[in-house]
Amino acid sequence: MFALMVVLSKNPVHSVLYLVLTFFTIAGHYVLLNAQFLAAVHIIVYAGAIMVLFLFVIMLLNLNKETEPHKSIWLKASAALASGLLLIVLVGSLKGAENIVATNKFNPNIGLIENLGKTLFGDFLLPFEVSSILLLVAMVGAVMLGKRSIK
Amino acid sequence: MSAIETIPLNWYLLLSTVLFVIGVLGVLFRRNAIIIFMSIELMLNAVNLLLVAFSSYLSDGKGQVFVFFIMAVAAAEVAVGLAILMMVYRNTKSSDINILNKLKW
Repeated sequence: MFALMVVLSKNPVHSVLYLVLTFFTIAGHYVLLNAQFLAAVHIIVYAGAIMVLFLFVIMLLNLNKETEPHKSIWLKASAALASGLLLIVLVGSLKGAENIVATNKFNPNIGLIENLGKTLFGDFLLPFEVSSILLLVAMVGAVMLGKRSIK
Repeated sequence: MSAIETIPLNWYLLLSTVLFVIGVLGVLFRRNAIIIFMSIELMLNAVNLLLVAFSSYLSDGKGQVFVFFIMAVAAAEVAVGLAILMMVYRNTKSSDINILNKLKW
């Protein structure tokens, strides 16, 4: 899986590129799950916008070499141990779940844009508006933080 | 024939669990702040994958709408986080999070 390479590769630029590959595989899973519109949005937002932002910041900060200071071996071992234990706990708890198959009559049109739009603007109209405000606040905040000096 | 009828939901549970744990490992393992952001993105995507899987298996579109909201929050978080990171880098010339140890309790 490419996701491990995101974590383990020394060079941050390689890390970003592996993350793009991971996002494309996740988008492939969305297509397999009949969520075509979501797959398209996922590729556009993540691979198109967020990853470009990451690459831009990495290249702006000139981090494309192994500038990371050495972390002590105990810290690395304990991090690996803790995440391994988390994996064991989660997998063990999921082991008891019975096999779920698609119970209802399978509806292949659920991921199409028409039904999603009806749900989004019907049941979720207020969260939609609130998320637009959130995006506006984030944009203003990023611009304010990015200014060189605040008078 | 789609994947829903052939693959049981447990495999998606397992896949998103593994993705989430890799994200946790990245947060704990690395000290570069940008890679920690990327690991957070990985965790959010694990949750997204799980939401889409459940919403397809239960034939309910609400899960996929939630994924939109998570994407909006992730985009906002990345924008603000990278702006903060730029400020930190400009002041300290480093992206090591141990520079910020004054934030520790």
